[in-house]
Amino acid sequence: MTQSTRQRVAQAVWTALLVASLAAVWTLNRRTVGLTAGTPVATASRYGFQLREVAKASGIDFVHQAPTFDRQLEHIMPQVASTGASVAVADFDRDGWQDFYVTNSGEGSRNRLYRNQGDGTFTDVAAEVGVADVNRPGTGVSMGAVWGDYDNDGFEDLFLFKYGRPELFRNEGGRRFVPAGEQAGLPAWVNANAATWLDFDRDGLLDLFLAGYWDERIDLWRLTTTRIMPESFEYANNGGRKYLLRNRGDGTFADVTTAMGITSRRWTLAVGTADLSGSGYPDLFLSNDYGVSELFVNQAGRGFLDVAQDAGVGRTPKSGMNASFGDVFNDGRLAIYKTNISEPGVLVQGNDLWVPKAGPAGRMEFDNLAASLGIDLGGWSWGAQFGDLNNDGNLDLYLLNGYVSAGERSSYWYDFSVIAVGHSTIIGDARNWPAMKGRSLSGYQRKRLWLNDGAGRFTDVAQVVGVSDSNDGRAVAFADFGNRGALDVVVANQRGPLLLYRNDVQPGRHWIAFDLEGTVSNRSAIGARIEVHWAGKVQAQEVAAASGFSAQNSRRIHVGLGSAGQVDRVVVRWPSGTRQEIVGPAVDRVHALKEPHGN
Amino acid sequence: MATEHVSAPGGTDVAKTPRMTLAGRRLFGIDNRFLPPLLITSILLTAHLSFGILEGWEKTGLAIATAIGTEIVLGYLTYGRIPHPASAYISGISCGILLRSPFLWPYVLCAFISILTKYVLRINGRHIWNPSNFGVSAVLFLAPQTASLLSIQWGNVVAPMVVIWTLGSVIVWRAGRFHQSATYVASFLAFSWVRAAVTGTPWLASVAPLTGPMYQLYVFFMITDPKTSVRSKWGQAATVFVVALVEMVLRLNEVVYAPFYALFFVGPAALFLEALLDARRQAPSAAPRPATA
Repeated sequence: MTQSTRQRVAQAVWTALLVASLAAVWTLNRRTVGLTAGTPVATASRYGFQLREVAKASGIDFVHQAPTFDRQLEHIMPQVASTGASVAVADFDRDGWQDFYVTNSGEGSRNRLYRNQGDGTFTDVAAEVGVADVNRPGTGVSMGAVWGDYDNDGFEDLFLFKYGRPELFRNEGGRRFVPAGEQAGLPAWVNANAATWLDFDRDGLLDLFLAGYWDERIDLWRLTTTRIMPESFEYANNGGRKYLLRNRGDGTFADVTTAMGITSRRWTLAVGTADLSGSGYPDLFLSNDYGVSELFVNQAGRGFLDVAQDAGVGRTPKSGMNASFGDVFNDGRLAIYKTNISEPGVLVQGNDLWVPKAGPAGRMEFDNLAASLGIDLGGWSWGAQFGDLNNDGNLDLYLLNGYVSAGERSSYWYDFSVIAVGHSTIIGDARNWPAMKGRSLSGYQRKRLWLNDGAGRFTDVAQVVGVSDSNDGRAVAFADFGNRGALDVVVANQRGPLLLYRNDVQPGRHWIAFDLEGTVSNRSAIGARIEVHWAGKVQAQEVAAASGFSAQNSRRIHVGLGSAGQVDRVVVRWPSGTRQEIVGPAVDRVHALKEPHGN
Repeated sequence: MATEHVSAPGGTDVAKTPRMTLAGRRLFGIDNRFLPPLLITSILLTAHLSFGILEGWEKTGLAIATAIGTEIVLGYLTYGRIPHPASAYISGISCGILLRSPFLWPYVLCAFISILTKYVLRINGRHIWNPSNFGVSAVLFLAPQTASLLSIQWGNVVAPMVVIWTLGSVIVWRAGRFHQSATYVASFLAFSWVRAAVTGTPWLASVAPLTGPMYQLYVFFMITDPKTSVRSKWGQAATVFVVALVEMVLRLNEVVYAPFYALFFVGPAALFLEALLDARRQAPSAAPRPATA
């Protein structure tokens, strides 16, 4: 074969290869996001559960209102006023039925506390008990709330974080809430999107962690400058400070943030606590917007050390908006799910699932397995929760998304992509941000409900099982509102209606649940870890306050068991360190566990 | 006129006149072929070690390995010799830096396609698309759900930006390509003003992309690609001006990847036009012109 012939043959082969490669890109893209033709439409019965939106029928008619800030932000108001819809679940009156609190964010608007009537309906009692009128002009507006029994009286107290003055309400016997007042020692003004209760020093008293988003020196209603925006889309360090407030046990709190080694000024959108290091002390995970995540490992209650970079979870800056934990492989390891932004054709950050791996002794390391498991692409993602929705023994994942739904045929994405790459002198000044002019930014997005098959793959079944809304979702929380052994779903939408999905699980799927009450530990048992062993599996869960984005699940631990009719044993590690083992507990019922005294 | 080539950013070769022999044109004692790879590697290392721009080394490494491997195999099977790997290295690293995706396959296919175009899409013996421009554009266009472009800053400190702009300018100056970068930047700034006037967007917002790292790579490593540029200096300047003009039109239509698509269309069109003009000039005289490599 002559050289020219060889070159002609090669040319023909390379041309075919080029065409095939281009086709491969197109095909792989479609396959990756599930756009392949011929995907069978499965029936809900195949998945073992069905969700039905019943808010109205349950007496819930709440629609979230967004705030209106200083007129200098008017051109980008939908963006800067894009949070505030939240939901926090607790049995505040200890009647055995899970209730929930939802926040509103319009100036003068009212929050709601929905008391569970036990018959499938809810009644708003917020005004009656004193937690409704909390968005008065001059005090800021609500961004979220978190329940925790900080005075160990057996009734869950309510901490309200705002763009404004944070407020703590003491629960008096489930009958009324009394403001803890200025003497409690809370900061005067914090622009926060996240907070949680934790007993970081294991002294039996719940401490408070409050994470600023905007700089706390900014009053968003009375701006003295427009240089308030993040100094970078992915490297911003000009957000709000954090507050670690140690509970003194006398109704007051001490600010120990700096002393405990937390000096972050990142733009935190979500915070989660779990004992990720296995020390018995709760660690702190901060999901930050405009930057990397932070993982503060608890040094036996004497301080925190940020190991995010070394551990792998804080290397790549993204737009973190969620922090939830789940034992997705049923092997006792808690993985962290952090949500980010994915917008086709513009920005594909992908969500993260940080799964701990066995590293050298004393060193934490995580791998991001979100893409491998198929839970990475979820649009402009916000709150997410792990929970076994079909009681098959595997933790599923519910994801909310959607940023600003405005003009259906117009998008702000181009302008957003332009300003996002700008130097700090450009991006940091609100005046330089192009006007939104009624355009959407990742609006009207389809929610995800990823079902865990237990073999390393998640499948989105949202549309099939009844989740079809396209609101701008923010907070999602799980709770068994009917005490039926099924996790129901509450969804708080920004500028949208509150949704309540009733979950009907097919019969024959077993479950077990636990209500924990600390005695030596904090009474809410926040930080307790449970391991349920059954059929050769083990599932770990921890009692937590905040979970997801601006959300709190029911503190009750719920574990689906599939077809297994018995549990081998349950191991509880209380926050105090006390270990308790229960052998062969009955299934299909809620167990009330009280912390035994002593080790 | 005979033309030599040394490796250049964007996955192609820097054309050099005989006056600029490799032996005679060495910067800091380094073979000029290695300067662009060294610069882009330095930028990547600095950016990643300082700001963690990469999710991991494996994606960029995979893109580089794919590009070099493809170049070696295709070069050998087509021409019976193994090409210098610097050009493929640039193509691979460009794909590795410019693309953002949670998956590995976009990086592999981007690098593979980039190199393939050098062997397939040719006119008169020269390839007409900047390889990584084609590869990146193809992946962005065909896989919008799974891949996007580097669209972030590398930190907020001015100093690294100044260093990159300075070093980049020195490199393209040495390669005789500074006029292209300068013309493009000047055109972009002028068209930013036009865009701002048309859309009512703040001018600083219109200019903002130029302050990001993606444009630094684009200005120094992509539009200056000699193998896919026309020959005359004025023609080169005119081409990048038209690139900026088309980019403006695309931006006015809110096309996010405007610079890449603009170069994708204008670059080959300019070469095609040049080939047409060459053919017209040659037709009456029928005198053979010296071939370019």
